[in-house]
Amino acid sequence: MPDTLDPHIRFGSNSGQPATRRDGVAKVTGTATFAADNTPEGLLYAVFAPAAIARGRVTSLDTAAAEAHPGVTHVLTPQNRPPLQGDPSDKPTMFSFRFEALQDDTVRYAEQPIALVVGETLEAATEGARLLSPHYETEKPRVGIDDAEPYGFEADAFGKPANTVHGDPDAGHGSAATSLDVTYETAPQYHNAMETHAVVATWDGDHLTLDMPSQALSMSCAGFAHYFGIPAENVTVRSPYLGGGFGSKAIPTGPYVLAILAARMTGRPVKMMLTRQQMFGPVGHRGQTRQRLRLGADADGKLTVIDHEGISATSTFDTFIEPAANASQGIYAAGALRSTHRAVALDVGTPGPMRAPGEASGSAALECAMDEMAEALGMDPLDFRLKNYAETEPGTGKPYSSKALRECYAQGAERFGWAKRPLQPGQMRDEHGHLVGWGMGTAFFPCPMFMADARAALRADGTALFETSAADMGQGAWTSLAQIAADSLGLPLDKVEFRAGHSGLPDGGVAGGSGHTATAGNALHTAGGDVVRQLGEIAAADPASSLHGAGNASFVARDGRLYIDGDDSRSDAFADILSRLGNAEIAGSGSASRDPDMAKQYAMNAHGAVFAEVRIDPDLCQMRVTRLVGAFAAGRIINPRLAESQLFGGMIWGISFALHEEARHDPRRGHIVNSDLAGYHVPVNADVHGLEVISVHEDDPHVNALGIKGVGEIGITGTVGAIGNAIWHASGKRIRRFPIRVEDLIRE
Amino acid sequence: MSPSISLTLNGAKRDVALDDPRVTLLDLLRERLALPGTKKGCDRGQCGACTVLVNGRRVNSCLTLAATLDGAEITTIEGLAAGDDLHPVQAAFIENDAFQCGYCTPGQIMSAVGLIAEDRAGEDLERIREGMSGNICRCAAYHGITLAVRQATRGSAGIKKDDAA
Repeated sequence: MPDTLDPHIRFGSNSGQPATRRDGVAKVTGTATFAADNTPEGLLYAVFAPAAIARGRVTSLDTAAAEAHPGVTHVLTPQNRPPLQGDPSDKPTMFSFRFEALQDDTVRYAEQPIALVVGETLEAATEGARLLSPHYETEKPRVGIDDAEPYGFEADAFGKPANTVHGDPDAGHGSAATSLDVTYETAPQYHNAMETHAVVATWDGDHLTLDMPSQALSMSCAGFAHYFGIPAENVTVRSPYLGGGFGSKAIPTGPYVLAILAARMTGRPVKMMLTRQQMFGPVGHRGQTRQRLRLGADADGKLTVIDHEGISATSTFDTFIEPAANASQGIYAAGALRSTHRAVALDVGTPGPMRAPGEASGSAALECAMDEMAEALGMDPLDFRLKNYAETEPGTGKPYSSKALRECYAQGAERFGWAKRPLQPGQMRDEHGHLVGWGMGTAFFPCPMFMADARAALRADGTALFETSAADMGQGAWTSLAQIAADSLGLPLDKVEFRAGHSGLPDGGVAGGSGHTATAGNALHTAGGDVVRQLGEIAAADPASSLHGAGNASFVARDGRLYIDGDDSRSDAFADILSRLGNAEIAGSGSASRDPDMAKQYAMNAHGAVFAEVRIDPDLCQMRVTRLVGAFAAGRIINPRLAESQLFGGMIWGISFALHEEARHDPRRGHIVNSDLAGYHVPVNADVHGLEVISVHEDDPHVNALGIKGVGEIGITGTVGAIGNAIWHASGKRIRRFPIRVEDLIRE
Repeated sequence: MSPSISLTLNGAKRDVALDDPRVTLLDLLRERLALPGTKKGCDRGQCGACTVLVNGRRVNSCLTLAATLDGAEITTIEGLAAGDDLHPVQAAFIENDAFQCGYCTPGQIMSAVGLIAEDRAGEDLERIREGMSGNICRCAAYHGITLAVRQATRGSAGIKKDDAA
């Protein structure tokens, strides 16, 4: 039972250190090769023509004009598109959606590909696509959450969450001394990684090489292989660096399939890079939500019920809903819990997982509703949360594998100065006469593990090679996974070569769910342990070794030597053991996934507390987040420098969710009117002030052998609510729709 | 008829025959001159990922037609380090973890070099934030970027993170 660290290493000589990024020099010198940086010999460029309407059909395309443009080599439309071997409606892997790849002339959302133009240069293909001048037969688009009837659905592993009930919610409502019934809305959001989706596709016979950003390399191979009728092992995905992912780069999409098809058809490599505008359709987004929260509390301020109903938008041709109502499960000790989900089918691209899918939107509504309930009870919002602190998982009664949330509350509140907060809103002003408000929220994120394999090899020169197809989209896999690998063999970091980002390596699993470091890290750790075990066996059987005869002892690897655990007087150098073997290399392998026994016994989550200060100009109603303090407990932190950056990034995504991001649809044509980075607002440097992260120590002996939980997504949760609550505390106005806008404060 | 221009690119004179008058400086660098370090994020001057120095000034290379640059001196991210020695801004970016995915980083660094040369921000954190706000970082490494620019401005290592509040 892996309930604690394996004894074979002194873990932590590299882990826990704030190493700078191993890919740092490549990234600051411009030599890190992203997908679209590849320009192989004979390259063609592909550009798709996007639908300008959200619903209807394409009635004409001026293919003659496009074909006549100098440099254009091919124009693909539904009339002449070569067949695919796998149907775009198939779902070959767990992470698959139906997609558009010119199978017919129907338009299901704006920015859907309606033709593909291939040319000798990017300029020629771009102009060719423009010359297609499409005409449409337009139907009235359904793009608002009230434009279609909500429907229920059968739960499924990906995108269709189950409804959950614990206890008796109706009794909880009935026994409440104070009741709250509020509805919150969140806007459609688009990932908008700085690197737009890009691919360079190269065929060699029936072998396909894809330079593309991928959060799930092996699964991508299986997916693309299906659509092109080749074995998965014939597909190579090279993804050494992703220019951001945020959940959008794990799933095969229509544009990619079209570019690969163009490469097969022309017999030449094809590069396609989506324009920024094309990112607002075929490559996923966070669907808009409407969430009704009904809370009940008794006279002591104990929650009798949290009843969370979510309606989330999906597309008309597939179902992936933002599982917002799930955020109310597992966090507060309410007498009863109910989470229900319904979907609304709109003329939009299918949503998908976007950083903290469900948790971000659900936490935004829940943490504001908790604040409203505290207000109704006349309680301090932090005291109210402590009053309803869950010592075991609400509903199931399972113990937590670890939970240092109380310490997060205490340390965050202390650093922020929360004790000085007046209970009533509108009490604080700064030296410029601006309204000042303080709010808080609880941060909460599960810590799933996927499955990963890894390989290790100790070489005769005392260095080691570790391999797994892990993906670094900025979270720091190149660095933190190498730190784990080095520790597994007791080697300094600079003695370890780490290969990742290539599908030919052992399956590194999925960079998602904040579970990549835990999953790939534990696989590397196990692979290193396999090498140590073999070294021990060889040394114990070797009369020339000082470890000879230590057959049943456990061994510890440290500083390039093997020791008997607890007896430092007997050791042997790796190099000597290997040299007596004739300088052979010792190879090991390892895998990792969640231990099912542990999963059955324990509830596993990362926790945190976020405190926000906002200042509001009373005349212009301009809002500024002036301070954010987040205290997080997320198990073992492998690299505090990189973890802090992840948490900062998550908290700034929280600012973005609360105050910036919203895709706005034109009600007549249904397209998104702000589909660029000038109109779709994300924070810039001047929007970010006074950030502070406190890393709260947490040992978790159950979550996995290394005690890692993950920090990629939790920073958004808690933050959005904290900002909304601070705006109320400054202004006395409850805005129940995100993002909160200047006009909301003026209008109220 | 293809126009041809003469550039000083990262210190070296280059004569470039343009195959197409529509080519932007960004696509010239990336697709024709094998200098893909400069990145495309939006292709319309909204994100700053394509920032390079033209005659010492920071510009969005996606908004600059290559044909207008005859005689210009251009510095890209590939031309910043002196051999193996990183430029102080590059070193400060690594030390302050001023990037995550690294995609906007070449533009951020070129913009920081330009900002420091403009001498408009000094070590004032608010002015640095303002001066760097033409460069979007979706990973939101702004905290580290601000500290890195100040550190490089000071020209010395080892500032305290607590100073950034």
